Amino acid sequence: MKKYDRIVKNAAGREVPTIINGEDHIPFMGVGKHKPSGRKYGPRIATCADYPEDGNKTVSSLKEALIGAGLCHGMTISTHHHFRDGDLIANQVFDIAHELGIKNLRWFPSASFPCHSHLIPYLEDGTINRIEGSMNGTLGKFCSEGKMIGTGILRSHGGRYLAVQDGEVKIDIAIIAAPTADSFGNANGVNGSAACGLLGFALADSQYADKVIVVTDNLVPFPAIPWQIQGNYVDYVVEVDKVGIHEKIISGTTKITKSPDRLLIAEMTAQFCEAAGLIYDGFSYQAGAGGTALSIGNFFGDILRKNMWKARFIRAGSNKYPVQMLEEGLVEYILDGQTFDLEGVRSMRENPKHVWTSPFTSYNYHGKGNFASLVDVVVLGATEVDIQFNANVVSHSDGYMLHGIGGWQNTLFGKTTILPIPLFRDRIPIIRDEVTTLCAPGEMIDVIVSERGIAINPLRKDLIDKTKNSGLPIKTIQQLKKEAEAICGIPEKPELSDEIVAVIKWVDGTVLDSVRKVIVQ
Amino acid sequence: MNKIATGGNKGTDVKSDVFVELILNTGGGINIDLQSKLKTLFGKQIRSLAKDVLRFFEIKQASLKIEDTGALDFVLAARIESVVKQLIDTEKEYLLPQLEENKNGTAKDRFRLSRLYLPGNTPKLMINAGIHRPNGLILDLEDAVAPDKKFEARFIVRNALRNLRFYDTERMVRINQGKRGIDDLAFVIPHHANMILVPKCESAGDLIAVDRTIKLLRKKHRIEHQVWLMPIIESALGVIKAYEIATAVDSVAAMAIGLEDYTADLGTRRTNAGKESFFARSMVVNASRAAGIQPIDSVFTDVSDLEALAKNVRHSKALGFDGMGCIHPRQIKVIHENFAPDEVEIEKAEKIFLAFKEAKSKGLGVVSLDSKMIDPPVVKRAVATITLAINTGKLEKSRFSISNY
Repeated sequence: MKKYDRIVKNAAGREVPTIINGEDHIPFMGVGKHKPSGRKYGPRIATCADYPEDGNKTVSSLKEALIGAGLCHGMTISTHHHFRDGDLIANQVFDIAHELGIKNLRWFPSASFPCHSHLIPYLEDGTINRIEGSMNGTLGKFCSEGKMIGTGILRSHGGRYLAVQDGEVKIDIAIIAAPTADSFGNANGVNGSAACGLLGFALADSQYADKVIVVTDNLVPFPAIPWQIQGNYVDYVVEVDKVGIHEKIISGTTKITKSPDRLLIAEMTAQFCEAAGLIYDGFSYQAGAGGTALSIGNFFGDILRKNMWKARFIRAGSNKYPVQMLEEGLVEYILDGQTFDLEGVRSMRENPKHVWTSPFTSYNYHGKGNFASLVDVVVLGATEVDIQFNANVVSHSDGYMLHGIGGWQNTLFGKTTILPIPLFRDRIPIIRDEVTTLCAPGEMIDVIVSERGIAINPLRKDLIDKTKNSGLPIKTIQQLKKEAEAICGIPEKPELSDEIVAVIKWVDGTVLDSVRKVIVQ
Repeated sequence: MNKIATGGNKGTDVKSDVFVELILNTGGGINIDLQSKLKTLFGKQIRSLAKDVLRFFEIKQASLKIEDTGALDFVLAARIESVVKQLIDTEKEYLLPQLEENKNGTAKDRFRLSRLYLPGNTPKLMINAGIHRPNGLILDLEDAVAPDKKFEARFIVRNALRNLRFYDTERMVRINQGKRGIDDLAFVIPHHANMILVPKCESAGDLIAVDRTIKLLRKKHRIEHQVWLMPIIESALGVIKAYEIATAVDSVAAMAIGLEDYTADLGTRRTNAGKESFFARSMVVNASRAAGIQPIDSVFTDVSDLEALAKNVRHSKALGFDGMGCIHPRQIKVIHENFAPDEVEIEKAEKIFLAFKEAKSKGLGVVSLDSKMIDPPVVKRAVATITLAINTGKLEKSRFSISNY
């Protein structure tokens, strides 16, 4: 089987394969252009007579559950990142697969983290054929250097839900690590000593996978309430000593930045939003977990307080900062996709206005609408932007793919998307002639706020008009690029191989770009 | 025997810098060993600049090891030059073309509400300093540079004056004390420093020596704009001699107090309330006003406590100071906001200014307000207050046209 084949130029001008790992894929056709018809993928019919009448689906070990679920060569195995870098289960699943001599698995995680570097030997020996999901850090490096057997496929959280829903990815076995579950398989993330918040990323998997295994270290008598995952979808329940290290959901930066440069960018972002009239009584915004995004939330809070306004909802990634705003009454609801600290978990457990969501409610392309497009202000990061406002979030300018897409692509559908980013990191300018990897078409990005000026997408004439007398340093993106290059110099182009190691999917399931193999010098 | 020299910084906290090791050989040409995570994107440029610097100093046989953490060209060039000059004796200087915007002079009475100290050997803190818009940026060669780094810091400071973007802030340098400070001047005066901070001043003589050297350097390098002096009073004796120092030479534009050293000299400790330094601060204000220069207060060292800083600034303003030093960009805004005139001050300044305009339009030589005569310095002060109010966002620009003053 060829890793990929039949390369075409897609609507974004990028060369992408249309056969990947032997399966057909559709090239990107433009934003909102791909509208598949037909019916969604139908999960297998189950019969309750096949399941214990007393509802007890527990088995003695994860290995027993996997064998019972029929683990064999070439299967698609899904796991989830509710514990982020504190995940303990995915590694065990593949330890067992390796022990059983099983090969050629497709790992379909909702995201991977540094803790999953443990799997590199299994990627090398063929236990795992490929990862279809985000590849962070060492896994990204491994894939970038062309060492993965199959071709990687990166999807957004919404795109992952869609791929399950339309049958592009048929999950054989889904393993759901749950901080609390009952023996019937009802499960949640808000209770238990390893409470991590919610289990939304496993929702599609529970509904569509052939076999579903719930793993928990807090087995409670029926019913486990709330049942974020419904036991009616679950085949096996396994009790373990420790299901995940919940302190490690605090991944990356979840503290307000102390960097004066980032604070300046955050302050300018808030000033821009205020000047453009984007903040009003009842507005909504997407809160990221980065240090800059968190301090923007703080500045938004100041503006709300000053005007005696309330935000209607924050779309989060929550941690203690949005929670403080909720508790202070500055915001009415938090619609939460994943919690980033234990304060977020506590609030979700205790406060009915802190609501757990899933990619279905927030991002789903095959839904009859989703609330990503209702959000007023979306603040996101990026590794690169180009002069067409195209943005990259997965690879660095040297070609290495080091980050996943997450919900990033999905949130772009908010009313105004702002990228607060420094003009250069170390010496590397962020604004390029052309992004190394295309993750967002330029029409989706409205504003770039840097420490040296703000560039507004020419498509957003309304924002340009509203802020022209604001006193803010509004410049063109070309001016910003030049300014950075005058300081840093113009970087050389990295030499990349023609070989494709991974592809980037757009939210609608089409192939937006290819990631090329890095030539190691 | 091979000669070897090292310079620059490396380590986990180091960014935007470079560590270099140069070995002069007797054969084998130029060998460059480059380690950098930016190798893919800037490797060729780093090598080409390194070779150019070595060629400039006529070094033909050498091994140069470069451990780069994202240094800009002016930093890399400075580092290599500093190791070259440890090994060979030369008068030549490797200079990148100076930014045109870094050649201007500044006015004696420009606002100096805030001045941000930048350690002279730490490039990462310099690169974005200007975007926080302090009134001045101080490249510090004195206390913020370790004794064994004094030599290489001069090259960084020199190159920063030429190639770092200052974004309209005043380019200041704090030189070392005594003879070393005088020697520092050759690295900064030819490169358009606007103001020199002279530490631990205790007599007029300290400034006269600095001023004489500056005059010679300005003549030699055809620097037309004035280079201002800001002596820093940091001892009991300095306080006593404050007026003598303030009037030592014409180029003194401001005088600052440094309270850390001063309180140590007194044998006491610095407190937030500041009773121990009341006399010294008042002396500096008084001497400065008598000499017609700006009195500038000491830095506030607790970077995390912005509220205490604000209180300190208001106290400082009440004592008569015109500005304050800062050691972190976050302090700048607090300093500006709290030195800014309050409503009563603005209202009074507006009245004076309007009276002045009225008198002028009527062709009167004398300005009067509420039957009191107003002297020109009072009008000037009112204009300064209005300008400051506008600059700090307390007054809308459109309300006043002070350009014709």
